[in-house]
Amino acid sequence: MTGQPTTRDIAVRFEHVDVVFGGREREALARLDRGEDRETIQRETGAIVGVADANLAVAEGEISVLMGLSGSGKSSLLRCVNGLNRVSRGRVLVSLDGEEIDVASCRPADLKRLRGSGVAMVFQQFALLPWRTVAQNVGFGLEVNGRSKAEIDRVVAEKLALVGLSDWAGAYGHELSGGMQQRVGLARAFAMDAPILLMDEPFSALDPLIRSKLQDELVQLQKELKKTILFVSHDLDEAMKIGDRISIMESGRIVQTGTPEDIALAPANAYVAEFVAHMNPVNVLRGQSLMTPLEALTRLRDGRLVAEPGSGVTLEIAEDGAVAGARIDGRGPAPVRIWEGEASHAVASPADAVVVVSPDVTLREAMEIRRLTGAILVVAKDGRALGVLGEKELYDGVLGATERPEPAADPREGTSSAA
Amino acid sequence: MDPVAWLTDNKIPLGGLIRDGVDWLNDHAAFVFYAISDGLGFVIDGVTEALLWAHPLAIVAIFGALAWIIHREWKLLALVVVSFLLVINLGYWEETMETLSLVVFATALCMLIGVPLGVAAAHRAWLYQVLRPMLDLTQTIPTFVYLIPTLILFGLGVVPGLISTVIFAVAAPVRLTYLGVTSTPKALIEAGESFGASRRQILWKVELPHALPTIMAGLTQCIMLSLSMVVIAALVGAGGLGQPVVRALNTVNIAMGFEAGLAIVLLAVVLDRLCKQPERSTR
Repeated sequence: MTGQPTTRDIAVRFEHVDVVFGGREREALARLDRGEDRETIQRETGAIVGVADANLAVAEGEISVLMGLSGSGKSSLLRCVNGLNRVSRGRVLVSLDGEEIDVASCRPADLKRLRGSGVAMVFQQFALLPWRTVAQNVGFGLEVNGRSKAEIDRVVAEKLALVGLSDWAGAYGHELSGGMQQRVGLARAFAMDAPILLMDEPFSALDPLIRSKLQDELVQLQKELKKTILFVSHDLDEAMKIGDRISIMESGRIVQTGTPEDIALAPANAYVAEFVAHMNPVNVLRGQSLMTPLEALTRLRDGRLVAEPGSGVTLEIAEDGAVAGARIDGRGPAPVRIWEGEASHAVASPADAVVVVSPDVTLREAMEIRRLTGAILVVAKDGRALGVLGEKELYDGVLGATERPEPAADPREGTSSAA
Repeated sequence: MDPVAWLTDNKIPLGGLIRDGVDWLNDHAAFVFYAISDGLGFVIDGVTEALLWAHPLAIVAIFGALAWIIHREWKLLALVVVSFLLVINLGYWEETMETLSLVVFATALCMLIGVPLGVAAAHRAWLYQVLRPMLDLTQTIPTFVYLIPTLILFGLGVVPGLISTVIFAVAAPVRLTYLGVTSTPKALIEAGESFGASRRQILWKVELPHALPTIMAGLTQCIMLSLSMVVIAALVGAGGLGQPVVRALNTVNIAMGFEAGLAIVLLAVVLDRLCKQPERSTR
């Protein structure tokens, strides 16, 4: 099964999770098993199906994003992890100090322990206590878990420094901008030193510039903190930017789980394709999936490969697969440069005819190198050339998102990525 | 047969039932009520004595200092001092202190009963369903109606006045505490839960701080309602500013009525301003 990590330890595992709100729960679950849809179940039993048969494993240290329209059940599923929502059926296994706790059936004491040291949460509307200062808010979780005053002071100072709010320790929430308030929310969650972080659309209430800035900061922080983050979003660009793995939810069900690129390249259904059609591919698509493989290139009589029709550039590939040389219009040798992930403008020289890049190069980086050098990009892994990225491949990457299976005549009204 | 005549002939003995109930209490549990009456009377009288033992200007100074400590406003300090000096000038200092101790006790009792009841009702829907009609009743039933049984059970004096005042005013803190606690945003409670707070911690660290401004509004309302009962309390023998008002009413003494009334208003203004929440924006 794709999307199920196997090599790393699992921090959170959802097994056949159903969440039903209100109404006659047993009957609703029985009807769900018979395949009835949410509307029918709600009409007949008064119960709202939040999540239906969700299965997902979140590996330690990864950011797993739950994505979908409002009402698709992403928040409902997230809130099962710390018991804010009751699991109607199924298991939610969360690792805590080396053991696995099933939130759906654990004792209250275990739930308290989990909330106190295993799982911390960041909320969409910040949920800061308005009568407490920034520092008191950050220390709230430690305080209710009975930590000593000295420890609280130390951790609060440390986490405020981490989010860059040390100067605001004595301020109240309403004196801060939205972005700063959510930084307080982040610091409050970090203060718990919990290995698992739940983030329920944490940046949705912020304006676009601040949102983008906080996304960058989160990605940056995550490099040091290496927490397991379960992140809810309705914005595919956001999901793609920060997620190691994305699960797309529709009507309470997970319809596709995969890496950002998996989803961008192979949407599982029209609903996912609709999201993908509106997304910006430049940070998501990577060299390996964009390139034209070497086997597909025209081979000249002398064994050289035509890198890009019309450019006159030909490649010579050695026995071991390395790029042995390049020629322009049959004359050579032309300069070949190897790009190792540094800032593209620093390395690129207009003299380069060929730049060798890694399979992980993003479309954005590839386009930038192309713009500065005009060179053909050769994708190579461990020294073996795999394929080329020419003008056509780059254009296809940008336009490809709109060319993919058109979500024609979607039955749902008002479907859009900007919910 | 005429249905109206039939209805009047077959009268339900509602009044009789209540009377019998009060009589039964008076016959069998009188010692309880006397104990309450004596205990409360002793404490209130003690406080009144203490207030009167001190020099009036000392009391004025204490209130002025309180105003300054709580609010740090010159205007308020001036208002408090001038109001009390005017009361001394009117010649109603003794009555004002009696009323003050009655109001303070009535308010304290109301808050002691009202706040826990409001919190309990906020957490239990059924309790609020039971309480609501009772609160409506205490606020709408004419005061004189329950003045009679309290008079019988507790005897003449300051205590039946206090009890009537509490019955009349207790609804305010109950309702406002209920309102404050139930209006706590769900997100704040969930934030508390998600960090592992117990129910008790949610109450003390989330719900009550959020409800505090509303509860304080209940406190000021309670004080105002207690003050409005001063005249009625005087009818059953409680001392204080109600006495000169009642006397003025009986003797059609416009001057006396106005001056005593003014003293009540001044006390009300001072207490109201003292208890107002210091401005704090809680968004």
